[in-house]
Amino acid sequence: MTTILQLIMYGLQLGSIYALIALGYTMVYGIIGLINFAHGDFLMVGAFLVYFLAKAMGGGTLSYPVVALIIIIGMILTGLLGVTTERIAYKPLRKKPRLSALITAIGVSMFLENFPRALPFVGPQPRPFPALFPMNNFNIGGVGTNSVQILMITLSIILMIGLHYITTKTKVGSQMRAVQFDKDAAALMGINVNNTISVTFFIGAALAAAGGVFYASIYPMIDVYMGIWLGTKAFVAAVLGGIGDIRGAMLGGFIMGVAEVLATAVNSDLGYGAGFVILIFILLFKPAGIMGKFTIEKV
Amino acid sequence: MNYLKDKKVYIIIVLLYIIITVLNKLGLLNSYLLQIIMLAGINTIMTVSLNIVNGFTGQFSIGQAGFMAIGGYASALFTTILFNTSSWPAYAQIPMFIFSLMMGGLAASIIGFLIGLPTLRLKGDYLAIVTLSFGEVVRASIRLIDYVGGPRGLAGIPRYTNLFWVFLFTFLAIYGARNFVNSSFGRACISIRENEVASETMGIDTTKYKVLSFTFAAFMAGVAGGLFGHLLMFLQPDTFSFLKSNDYLVFLYAGGAGSISGSIVSGLVLTIVPEMLRFMANWRIVIYSLVLVMLMLKRPEGLYGGKEFKWLKPKKRTVIAGNKGAEITN
Repeated sequence: MTTILQLIMYGLQLGSIYALIALGYTMVYGIIGLINFAHGDFLMVGAFLVYFLAKAMGGGTLSYPVVALIIIIGMILTGLLGVTTERIAYKPLRKKPRLSALITAIGVSMFLENFPRALPFVGPQPRPFPALFPMNNFNIGGVGTNSVQILMITLSIILMIGLHYITTKTKVGSQMRAVQFDKDAAALMGINVNNTISVTFFIGAALAAAGGVFYASIYPMIDVYMGIWLGTKAFVAAVLGGIGDIRGAMLGGFIMGVAEVLATAVNSDLGYGAGFVILIFILLFKPAGIMGKFTIEKV
Repeated sequence: MNYLKDKKVYIIIVLLYIIITVLNKLGLLNSYLLQIIMLAGINTIMTVSLNIVNGFTGQFSIGQAGFMAIGGYASALFTTILFNTSSWPAYAQIPMFIFSLMMGGLAASIIGFLIGLPTLRLKGDYLAIVTLSFGEVVRASIRLIDYVGGPRGLAGIPRYTNLFWVFLFTFLAIYGARNFVNSSFGRACISIRENEVASETMGIDTTKYKVLSFTFAAFMAGVAGGLFGHLLMFLQPDTFSFLKSNDYLVFLYAGGAGSISGSIVSGLVLTIVPEMLRFMANWRIVIYSLVLVMLMLKRPEGLYGGKEFKWLKPKKRTVIAGNKGAEITN
């Protein structure tokens, strides 16, 4: 029983990261209907930015305000990268067939992976990520955990609640929902559609950066390709929950995390495939994901 | 003379084959370049197969490498694991190789049929995600099967693929795709792409045609996988990850979806050009990705979007009124 609880604990930890990344996928998909293949690479960029910022701060143990500051700077810079990407690579194709934007997304993803790889000071080799948070192991009823784990889960949940607040209670959030519902009508109502899409990309990429840093804090190795698999699994999580739906992304993330950890405990390759198998089965019975609304096509 | 004009393409293909063989025999074309040419052919088959589903039927499938893996492993099963064909006499090897390729294609198309039947009722992006997941499940499953080498991969596959077979199968794939697209089946598929609801109203069994094109494409991908395995003499499940599927997606849309000519051009160009950029080491893919993004920004419909080589277009048949039965071909 404690083994299972222990595994669920690991699952929640992984799931919270998946959920953070899945949110970005879902928001972008919801607003412009694009599967942003480059999203996984935003998290890699975020992790690397924080890595270099921490090194610039002298490395070693940093005080809490400094850690918070560099993570926020990393998130903002990654967010700006997301906005730039959208402006350069996706915006000109908004009125064109949707699939051409998908191919540019693959192109951007390849660029974001291989450009740092070609830079001499980044390179292809994996790097150890500095311990930004203090590590204290403790035991709750036989289930071993540590302060980093709990902090990561808590911070992820806080970020998700923050996002939920932004989308449901603020002006920007209602603009985002309006654009998602109907771009042209939103524009007629005086909403600046371009800005709203930029804000969405900013938030999505910033959350991905946070996810990347949290991931690197738990599994302290980063390399330029870390975003590929993490991004894919987060994407599957987003779809599982119902793409375009923020609560769905959170739910999907946690389901993916727990399922993957439980299956990995049986066999490591099974763990990788488990999430995809679950996804296929859920989509067969609920074609729009768990929380997604299935729209009937009208002529 | 007219006959020669009609068969121009076939003559060009045969000449091209002879030229490449002669260049290779003379030592002007080393085996590395020859291998790239063969890979280009295999990539062309893959791109054409993806084009049938994505370009002509309008279904968004992005897990084509999964079918390639199934085909590759299934054909290697016959030539390497079940029978040790490398010790067979040469006259028996070739038929076995062809048989194994067909088995690879068959295995892929059976799986394609089984996957397609329930999933093709999903629309657009959801279908994409299921096919992506399918590709990854195939990869993860092969890693679990120790009989075919599991994560270590399957080594010792005899090298049966040569330029002749690549030429032949690439040609057959293109020819088959052309005839499929211009047949009544193909027109039904195109009508599904244009408007699924309308074509259903016109009495087209959309599910049937979607599954049909999906299965056909899976067969082609399976054969391409068999050629691939017998060319590299080694199969590893991670080769067929979704990154490989992404490559084919890029090939397809950079060439132009819905254009077989585009698939041929991009299959050849996008295989050969990155190899030519090898001297740039790490910057190679950076340049490649930038070119790709710029290409899509400049020509969102792809290089050959909406265009076809003349050979690939159906011959126009016009029936002159009052002279029924006399068909004029142009």
